[in-house]
Amino acid sequence: MVSREALAIGRVKYGVTICHFTRNRCFWHKVTAHPRALESVLRTAHQMIVETDGMTDTLERARVSGQSRGEVIREICRHLAPFQTGERPITGDTVIAKDLTIDSLAIMDMVMELEDHFDISIPMNVVAEIHTVDQLADTIQKLCARR
Amino acid sequence: MGLFDRHAGLLEAYRDVRTTGYDPFQIRMERVLSPTEAIINGRKMLLVGTNNYFGLTFDPSCMEAAIEAIRAEGTGTTGSRIANGSYSEHVALEQEIAEFYGKKHCMVFTTGYQANLGLISTLAGEGDQLLIDADSHASIYDACKMTQAEVVRFKHNDPSSLEARLRRLGDRPGNRVVVLEGIYSMLGDSAPLREFIEVCKKYGAYVIVDEAHSLGALGDNGRGLCESAGVLDDCHFIVGTFSKTLGAIGGYCVSNDPDFDILRVTVRSYMFTASLPPSIVASVRQALKVVKARPELRTQLWANVATLYEGLAAKGFKLGPEHGPVVGVHLPDRMTAIGFWRAMLDAGIYVNVAVPPATPNGVSLLRCSVCAVHTKEQLEHIIEVMTGIGRQLGVLDDRTLRVVGGAR
Repeated sequence: MVSREALAIGRVKYGVTICHFTRNRCFWHKVTAHPRALESVLRTAHQMIVETDGMTDTLERARVSGQSRGEVIREICRHLAPFQTGERPITGDTVIAKDLTIDSLAIMDMVMELEDHFDISIPMNVVAEIHTVDQLADTIQKLCARR
Repeated sequence: MGLFDRHAGLLEAYRDVRTTGYDPFQIRMERVLSPTEAIINGRKMLLVGTNNYFGLTFDPSCMEAAIEAIRAEGTGTTGSRIANGSYSEHVALEQEIAEFYGKKHCMVFTTGYQANLGLISTLAGEGDQLLIDADSHASIYDACKMTQAEVVRFKHNDPSSLEARLRRLGDRPGNRVVVLEGIYSMLGDSAPLREFIEVCKKYGAYVIVDEAHSLGALGDNGRGLCESAGVLDDCHFIVGTFSKTLGAIGGYCVSNDPDFDILRVTVRSYMFTASLPPSIVASVRQALKVVKARPELRTQLWANVATLYEGLAAKGFKLGPEHGPVVGVHLPDRMTAIGFWRAMLDAGIYVNVAVPPATPNGVSLLRCSVCAVHTKEQLEHIIEVMTGIGRQLGVLDDRTLRVVGGAR
């Protein structure tokens, strides 16, 4: 049985087979490349099945983090939408302070709203290290899981 | 990348600000005539942006005390108190401020900025949690950059927002340190201190209150919001400045903590900068005596605040939420604020202009600070001039006079 801990992104081992459901389609991956390469796939998956030594473990992303990735990203995008520039969509790779018309104070105010929405606190020194939407979502999921 | 490339956004904003022909951040007072008048660009100007709340900068007794101190002890101390020693007057000033608050200890700093910077960053250390109001002064934010503690902001003047953040800490180890201000410098609003103190007590948090803009203005004895809210004993550390009501420069912190004096060898902004010169110490001591002896200055300040606030509100200006020695006038955007400021200058009135990123929630403001020695005529003149400019710039609409209620 694969422990839930081992399923966390970045800890997926070589040789493990991953099945994930994204947009209601099923995808299988045998981990042959560096697990980091699968990170973006894993982030968007609603559900994952991991097989190792014939054992299968299925879990909802929501159970890994306490808060689904989709919900976290949606909430972040809702707050960032007013600062969007041109036609460029806001994605996980969006660099918040650079790609959007948001100043540092407004970023801190947005973080305060997210804190209250998810009932977590994100210390200012942690915020200072966050650059992309994905990194912000990672932080929120991590803190939600610890709650 | 050039050294200044990272400031490109700010440079652009600064260029906008200067399009009116004047740079509001580099105004030169050619001659200061009194607490309320100065010569700028060869013209006599009415000053409404000085934080000189009691008008003590020209108080004859304070001026005489400073002059006498220079004759007796020279122009400066040329070093820090831990290296060059304290003058008797430094110690006397500390005792007098401690007595004024009824606290056991006081430490004097060279500026109010340094008091906040050093004190906050030292009191909250590694493993502690520092909780600050979102609209905190730059000196508090800068202390947050220096501290090893974890820093979390709560919503401005919102005790429930602070409570949520204290609750989330649960039983994690570390001291909780909460920083509040008596009166906030941009909109002149004061903290709901009693409610904040209740929350802090519930979670065992230490409280630091910065009375920079409320010293003299609030409380029966002018001690600030801690006094008017009746929570002097519940505030563990009270910080303040000599540069506003007391008309000079310098900062202080008072406390009853028995180990307070350890701060003299731990707070770097106290240890590694030159101490206040004798003239400043002397004028501050005298100004403190004036504050105690003349409560009518406080009465007059609030009467003037009411005149300006109610006068502007009646004309339809959107103001800060309550009466305060700072009257912040909301304007729709940065360029209108700059244009308004420039028009005021052309009309012979100097106010402060505050635009993002220096303001909370991205608002653009004209910031008036009221002085106890402003005359009724001066205040009425300000209202008249502002109303004229407001109409000209389309900020005021005569058909829809807005009603803005005052809390005080």
